[in-house]
Amino acid sequence: MTEDPAARIGALEAILTEKGIIDSETVERIISYFETRVGPMTGARVVARAWVDAAFRERLLADATRAIAELGIGGLQAEHLVAVENTPRTHNVVVCTLCSCYPWAVLGLPPAWYKSPEYRSRVVREPRKVLAEMGLALPPETEVRVWDSSAELRYLVVPERPPGTEALDEEALAQLVTRDSMIGVGSPRAPGEPESAR
Amino acid sequence: MTVELDPAGPAAPPRHNGELVFAAPWERRLFGVTLALHERGVFAWNDFRALLIDEIARWQATAAPGATYAYYERWELALSRLLGERGLIDPAAVEARARELAALPPGHDHDDHDHDHDHHHHDDR
Repeated sequence: MTEDPAARIGALEAILTEKGIIDSETVERIISYFETRVGPMTGARVVARAWVDAAFRERLLADATRAIAELGIGGLQAEHLVAVENTPRTHNVVVCTLCSCYPWAVLGLPPAWYKSPEYRSRVVREPRKVLAEMGLALPPETEVRVWDSSAELRYLVVPERPPGTEALDEEALAQLVTRDSMIGVGSPRAPGEPESAR
Repeated sequence: MTVELDPAGPAAPPRHNGELVFAAPWERRLFGVTLALHERGVFAWNDFRALLIDEIARWQATAAPGATYAYYERWELALSRLLGERGLIDPAAVEARARELAALPPGHDHDDHDHDHDHHHHDDR
């Protein structure tokens, strides 16, 4: 096999294009969509809405796919989205043990570590330790629930609203919601905490 | 989330929200091609996913200790298998075309970094 992956993929795309199965504009449109349109900011909107609107929060926890559709979010493997809520007693963390299933519609594409064999195997066996290594130390009394994504189910963690944010509006709250907090391996930012801190 | 970076440059440990989702332009292209095929209705996503799971499991079962895991290489293998099974591509034809592309001098068409593998340059330009 040719060792240069760029040449292999270039050849694959060229042949599929010549056969008329795909075209480069479609490929570019799809890539651009993932690079610019979908990402953690979408999930952050959902979480911020849940923080300020108790009725929305209930609908989100009952049927996340339907609830995010209210915000105009959907498709892209969000067909079977489940929202799981963190509380002082329960912390949720998401993994895909078999491959890399991820709620693209609300979080964009997964980070490299999410796809790594280490995370996929270890977070199930020793979630508390993995979370601590990633900078999230949980109190011993907090129960950790690990959710394994599948073809049928994708998970979005709704983190706890940080203290001291009572005065913030929905838009300002969304700025605090990090990607990692929606996977369950981090916390939202505190008000005033710079973005680079997470 | 942009991918305008030197693919040969050092890859920072991916940790932050703004990290790149693709480590190299070919990964980005492979992703786009796969999604385009899916959008076109060439395969159901779960059919691809099943092969991706299989290729990942195969790597984990056979990789030498310390080997570097390359997610998009697993993805590429899964897609190639799927397209081969569906009779949409001939692996030999892809390989022949890949050799042609790899043999092009740097700067020609696909934006090349250094090729450090064996191939024969055509000197008849």
